[in-house]
Amino acid sequence: MAVTTYSGAEQYNFDIVKKFAVMSLVWAVVGMFAGVYIASELAWPFLNFDSPYFSFGRFRPVHTSAVIFGFGGSALFATSYYVVQRTCQTRLISDGMASFTFWGWQTVIVTAALSYVMGYSQGREYAEMEWPIDILIEVVWVTYLILFVGTIMRRKQPHIYVANWFYLSFILATALLHTFNNLAMPVDLFSMKSYSLFSGTQDAMTQWWYGHNAVGFFLTAAFLGMMYYFVPKQAGRPIYSYRLSIVHFWALSFMYMWVGAHHLHWTALPDWTSSLAAAFSILLLMPSWGGMINGIMTLSGAWDKLRTDPVMRFMIVALSFYGMSTFEGPMMSLKEVNALSHYTDWTVGHVHSGALGWVAMISFGSLYHMMPKLWDTKIYSRKLVEWHFWLATIGIVLYIVAMWISGITQGLMWRAFDEFGNLQYSFVESVAAMMPFYAMRAIGGMFFLTGAAMMAFNMFMTIRQGKRESAALEAKLAAKMAHA
Amino acid sequence: MNINFKHEWIETNIGLMAVLTMLAISVGGLVEIAPLFFIDKTIEKVEGVRPYTPLEQRGRDIYIREGCYTCHSQMIRPFRDEKLRYGHYSLAAESQYDHPFQWGSKRTGPDLARVGGKYSNEWHVQHLVAPRSMVPESVMPNYPWLMSTPLDISDAAARMKALRKVGVPYSLSQAEYDANVTKFGETVAKQLHIPDAQKNLVEQANFGNYDGDRSGISEMDALVAYLQVLGTMVDFSKYADDAFVADR
Repeated sequence: MAVTTYSGAEQYNFDIVKKFAVMSLVWAVVGMFAGVYIASELAWPFLNFDSPYFSFGRFRPVHTSAVIFGFGGSALFATSYYVVQRTCQTRLISDGMASFTFWGWQTVIVTAALSYVMGYSQGREYAEMEWPIDILIEVVWVTYLILFVGTIMRRKQPHIYVANWFYLSFILATALLHTFNNLAMPVDLFSMKSYSLFSGTQDAMTQWWYGHNAVGFFLTAAFLGMMYYFVPKQAGRPIYSYRLSIVHFWALSFMYMWVGAHHLHWTALPDWTSSLAAAFSILLLMPSWGGMINGIMTLSGAWDKLRTDPVMRFMIVALSFYGMSTFEGPMMSLKEVNALSHYTDWTVGHVHSGALGWVAMISFGSLYHMMPKLWDTKIYSRKLVEWHFWLATIGIVLYIVAMWISGITQGLMWRAFDEFGNLQYSFVESVAAMMPFYAMRAIGGMFFLTGAAMMAFNMFMTIRQGKRESAALEAKLAAKMAHA
Repeated sequence: MNINFKHEWIETNIGLMAVLTMLAISVGGLVEIAPLFFIDKTIEKVEGVRPYTPLEQRGRDIYIREGCYTCHSQMIRPFRDEKLRYGHYSLAAESQYDHPFQWGSKRTGPDLARVGGKYSNEWHVQHLVAPRSMVPESVMPNYPWLMSTPLDISDAAARMKALRKVGVPYSLSQAEYDANVTKFGETVAKQLHIPDAQKNLVEQANFGNYDGDRSGISEMDALVAYLQVLGTMVDFSKYADDAFVADR
């Protein structure tokens, strides 16, 4: 009786899940388009068009906010609401609150993007939203926390499933980070402009404590929650190790919060702080890989699915990129490596191997699993899923290889000396050397964007198909009833 | 006493789980951030660093508005190549009045921590309006609107008041002004006096004529005034080469 289970509005609130799932695809396409656009501006600067509204500096936060908070955030709201209801076998405690988180969150993304192009920015990476938007985020987030925890409290089983632990720590950590990093003094009540409470070194430390944990909790812990539910579901097998998931959870939650200062190696931040951060960054490799192994090994005994199931392939490639970027990260947090890599495109490449390879791929996999179920149908076109997979994978590889080459080239050119001990290159020579790689990166991004657009189309058709099928079914039932 | 711990206790109790998670995620930040406010050596003792003048501060606001930090750092690291390219490594003291900090994370363009005084005002204006006319290989956007947009000076004092609330020593009262005279000298103290904010701003812009156009005060005036002060406040010739090593 799959029909009544999945479309039964009585048991679960799937309406909110559907809304967020659709918006996550919309923001994926919008945000990735913005990304491709700013990448192209770096290769072909005429694209800035002498316009304040499209210039790189104002447009870059539009990209980061739309993909992180729009696409990633909506995917997390959708999957967490789905997972918490399914694993607790209960409905969200309030439809009104759920609906508020939806409209509130979408308002945040739209007003944030508009405010950046209008020139309102806090000048803090990934937290550029000015204070009125920050307050709205805070309100939405507290509502989310109450809704999520309240639903867990109403669960029908004694145990809280592991995916929910990760979602919970993501919600708590994001609340903590957002609050402290956005403490600011508005110029006046009717001004969008504010000045941060902290300055200089303390401000830098607070910002990167936030910045890296936006990665650690928003873009990692939460998506691990996704992984712990959807990988076993798609594989049709239980999670590989229960014990490992416990260790993974506590070690990751504890250690991540220490590592932010590795963004500030060799700066005016005291050495003890960044050294401590480096030590924890290296330790973090262990829980990260523990989680990756737990996910990948879930497939043991069902490896054939990699060949036959493109959705499974998204998830496993996501975990592989997760493993790769959580190895690369600790390596880049070593001071000697960081001396070369910092300030270069290598960092940008690293972020994207995590963001595209891990976050986006696991989201695509989970949405491909979840959306047909929500509309009680099958994926409209498996062929398109295959295409999406290859476009995305090739896109990521093009992107990160371009950034590795350009990043290491920049780092080496900046520190090169000639035989007389003078600097060998002027700065602008390093800029000129980047051009082919910036073009290659933009093309990689276009591949990835094309894949995402295909998915949006595929899911649109899937939804239409689901609606038609249920309408047909209802008509048939009605006919039968009339006949009887 | 033998307590047989079971993880099951936590995973069947949402309250306990939330509290323990909160504890786990709070430690790192507490240990790494809180001491920075109390350890004296975090900010070096150095002469010359002062809050920005009203005009410079407006320029800084524009720097943030345009997202310059997405491509330019303001943090020179203690390496030989950076010393040759940019100058003495940045001190914590030099950004102590920066709300927010603008150290940046990416150098698509060069570091700007000590760009002040390196180029003429005319160079900056031409470069901001059309970067490729000065540096053909540059990928920087053109910023022609800075030249054509008059600077909004109406809330110059309000902005300084907000900064004063977060700890920047701009003065409102006579006592605060006198304290600034002692700390920064009279010339600087006058610039930091909030009641004179607009007058000071207009005077500096007219006297400096940063954008080369005397017909009014443009956003370009403010931004160039800001760029020209970056990294110039500390006179490093007064300090030994290793003077700040102990503070790191």
